[in-house]
Amino acid sequence: MSATLVANVVISGLLTGLVYGLMALGLSVIFGVVRVVNFAHGEMMTVAMYAAVLLFGAFRLDPILAALPVAVLFFAVGYALQAGLINPFITRPEHSQFILLVAVATILSNVTLMAFGPDAHSVQTDYQLDSWALGQIIVDKARVFAALSALATTAGLFAFFRFSRIGTAIRACADNHLGARIVGLNVKHLYALTFGLGAACVAVAGCMMTLLVEVSPSLGPSYTLLGFVIVIVGGLGSMPGALLGGVLIGVSEALAGLFIDPSAKSMISFALLIVVLLFRPQGLLGSRT
Amino acid sequence: MKARLLMAALAAVLIALPWMAGNYVLSVATLALYFAFTGQAWNVMMGFAGQLSLGHSLYVGLGAYAAAALFTKFGIGPWAGIWLAMALCVAAGAAIGLLAFRFGISGVYFALLTIAFAEFTRIGFDHIGWLGGPGGLFLKVEQRTSIDLADLRGTPAMFYYVMLAFTAGAFALCAWLLRSRAGYYWQAIREDEDAARALGINTFRWKLLAVAISAAMTSFAGVFFAFYYNNLFPEQIFHISQSIEIILGPIVGGVGSLFGPILGAALLTALADSLNNMVSAMGWDIPGVKQVFYGVILLLVVMFLPNGIWPPLAKRLGLERKA
Amino acid sequence: MTQPKRISRRQFNAAVAGLGAASALAPFGIARAAGKLKVGVLLPRSSYEALIGQSCQLGVDLAPGVLKSMLGVDIEIMSADTESNVNTARTRAERLIQEGAHVLVGAFDSGQTAAIAQVAEQRGVPLVVNIAAAPQITEQGYKFVFRNFPTAPELVRNGLSLIGDLLQATHTVARTAVYMHVNDTFGQAMTHGINALMPHLTQLPFKIVDTVAYDPAAKDLSVEVSKAKAANADFLLLVCRLNDSIVLRREMVKQRWHPMGVIDPGSPGIYEEQFAKSLGKYADYVIDNPPWYNPKGALTGIVEEAFSKRNPGEKFVYHGLNVGYTFEAIMIAADAFKRAGSTDPKALADAIRATDIEKRVMLGGPIKFNPKGQVDGNKSACVQILDGTPRVVLPEYAAEAKPVFPWPEYKGA
Repeated sequence: MSATLVANVVISGLLTGLVYGLMALGLSVIFGVVRVVNFAHGEMMTVAMYAAVLLFGAFRLDPILAALPVAVLFFAVGYALQAGLINPFITRPEHSQFILLVAVATILSNVTLMAFGPDAHSVQTDYQLDSWALGQIIVDKARVFAALSALATTAGLFAFFRFSRIGTAIRACADNHLGARIVGLNVKHLYALTFGLGAACVAVAGCMMTLLVEVSPSLGPSYTLLGFVIVIVGGLGSMPGALLGGVLIGVSEALAGLFIDPSAKSMISFALLIVVLLFRPQGLLGSRT
Repeated sequence: MKARLLMAALAAVLIALPWMAGNYVLSVATLALYFAFTGQAWNVMMGFAGQLSLGHSLYVGLGAYAAAALFTKFGIGPWAGIWLAMALCVAAGAAIGLLAFRFGISGVYFALLTIAFAEFTRIGFDHIGWLGGPGGLFLKVEQRTSIDLADLRGTPAMFYYVMLAFTAGAFALCAWLLRSRAGYYWQAIREDEDAARALGINTFRWKLLAVAISAAMTSFAGVFFAFYYNNLFPEQIFHISQSIEIILGPIVGGVGSLFGPILGAALLTALADSLNNMVSAMGWDIPGVKQVFYGVILLLVVMFLPNGIWPPLAKRLGLERKA
Repeated sequence: MTQPKRISRRQFNAAVAGLGAASALAPFGIARAAGKLKVGVLLPRSSYEALIGQSCQLGVDLAPGVLKSMLGVDIEIMSADTESNVNTARTRAERLIQEGAHVLVGAFDSGQTAAIAQVAEQRGVPLVVNIAAAPQITEQGYKFVFRNFPTAPELVRNGLSLIGDLLQATHTVARTAVYMHVNDTFGQAMTHGINALMPHLTQLPFKIVDTVAYDPAAKDLSVEVSKAKAANADFLLLVCRLNDSIVLRREMVKQRWHPMGVIDPGSPGIYEEQFAKSLGKYADYVIDNPPWYNPKGALTGIVEEAFSKRNPGEKFVYHGLNVGYTFEAIMIAADAFKRAGSTDPKALADAIRATDIEKRVMLGGPIKFNPKGQVDGNKSACVQILDGTPRVVLPEYAAEAKPVFPWPEYKGA
């Protein structure tokens, strides 16, 4: 096993991990603040991927550029979803929330099946299969772009929550629901805003994903699961945590695939999840509530 | 009195069903009973002890594989195999419970833990070549002109009655449990665990018991599954969609109630099948239409009937249990 | 918090109960119209296996018309969606039989097919399996289950020996191969087959130097490809599915891996439309050895014409396998019906058992069932993507083009 091979694999795992992190970012934001377990997360991302594919097919719009309009659209939809459908469920027991979102997920994935058929769809950009060669190390261009956008989105979101008034207000809601209402914050509006932001993140992730994988109606559930693993490992409500969790999962899976058996590499993520849940349930960068 | 009359009537209908209805209705009814049973088993953990398990397919799969392996490799029948199945499931459940409760995991975190264990096992079984791996474990099926209850080989009516017996047994067991000391402790834990602990209840032990009982009951379903379908694939039986199907019944019917899981499973199975027939009758032969309807109805039920269908229905029928 | 609006519970419950009771206890369908064969078709048209299920359905839709003109029989198709789920498969099969299906056809997925087979055997209604490779389906001693599709061991044997033929036909010397496979039913069957057969198929001159198994649900296969590339083998022996085949080929390009070629011993995926569409020029020269239709077959022209008329937007070549085998399954039923002259399931089963059909769509000998209900002698073809279209390159009597191996981007040892 040469050093080059290991280096290639680790770098690839790192980049992939950042993309996973981007995918989990929206989930972390929503879960961290609104405390709703969004089991329709993967399906939402699938719909975003379809949106990117549609825009590419109609206008030859590069998915990286398509991320902006799709994110805006998803923000609006996310806001409406939270305010309209999900809000009453915040105080309901978890199993009710779960069924609500499972129902939403079922509807979404079957509507996409009806609308787009079971065929996989994809975008074909010019640079999709390009790579840069740094000596013996080969780096995938598309993945780098996706990873960069992951970093950019995270930074932007982090700044928003840290430095803006609304961001601070949202964090207040998350920390102390009752206190927030007492000081007069419109909690319902802020929750909806957060869900919208989370949805927008999912949209960006979906657009980036189309550079890497094909989209088909049944993609959702495995991404939802992956998203949860990353969010738990990285830390609920922590945006850098989502990225860190993603990177951790990406690299450990890559190494497991290299040294053990690639077909068992997802066992690593679940093992990691179990270990984190037991010994540090707030995740690596999360804070104990 | 009213409750007993209604139950007797229901029992009479259920027992007489194979004579009244054809094989198709019987197959749907068997499926409904299967989900009623597993829902009831899951309910012990959730409704009674308040622990949300989203990985119950783990127990179905373990039970199924245990009994199937004994049958195919050693020729040991299901009624003996069920002991191994139960033991394995109790061990798995206890392990999960031990880890979770010792470390204070609850709520959504506990649910995710159960998912992780189920997924881990699914991929694991995909790599156990001895049990067929991803290619599946097939049980030998012979011509069924006679009923062999000992080996669970027989007609659809036989499977129906076996499942009916399981479900009735589960119902009786849960009724007894609810009224026993365990039941009171569980209710206390579910309502407010800290208060219960303050009262001196060993919440750790009672929660663990709930998990163990739930797992053991579910193992029966696994054994049934193995001998009813005669083929097992890790991708199917440990899959998260199985876990989700199991919990739909009790949640729609009414978590924590005795009859809720049974009612919920029956309604959902009938609904799924009716939608199939309705959709094809209307000529809307587009794949996915039925699932959209199903999802919408699920949505409506969970939005407008937050405690499930059974509690308000029971109230209406005047069957409310005195607290 | 205000009370949510409630619809009347009674109304809701009544509606559901009414729906359930009405449809479940609905009386038997139309009386068995004499002279019309009711064929119940079970396919996964939604959920995970929807793509192939819907492809097979295209073969179902064109069958009645073609068989009417060919054999003069009337067929009524009753379609059911198994939803890629074994519970649904079983109840749908029961439902079809209750509604009067005389014969069942299906169901692509081995697990679901096995469940349906049990129902068919129990009820004494013949089942003709269109596509399903698990050998156990015809090893149960059933009297009512018939399969016109090669079993996994047969598939493997055919696929592997075609590789030997390919190397001979292109006068190529390939000494080593790296074997990548998806860890699912098919991949596993292939692996068993390869391990069992390789020592015996002495005309296969290559050795497998490394094996890389991967998870069917994996989104990212860069590690796997890195590993396989590092084995420095002459060519890649690949068992995959559609989605991972595309991901893998892309990774190969990104990681600049140029072996002699990519050969698949017979799994689905590479010959499907999405493969060529997604990969463009990178799809070319990839080889698959699936059970395939005979482009010069006696019946192929008729079926292809009917297909193109009904589906002007689709190319037959991408659906040939699914449509061909599904059509043949229904044809077997229709042919048996004609010979038996009755819709009685037992008579139909006996007639099916005596089937001997020479004119076929698919490659292989005549359709004849052995005592286990299995057709021996279904053959595979070496199919290569040339100019974005899958073309048969071997066996020569069915070939549409000449094989290209090693592929042009291979730089040589």
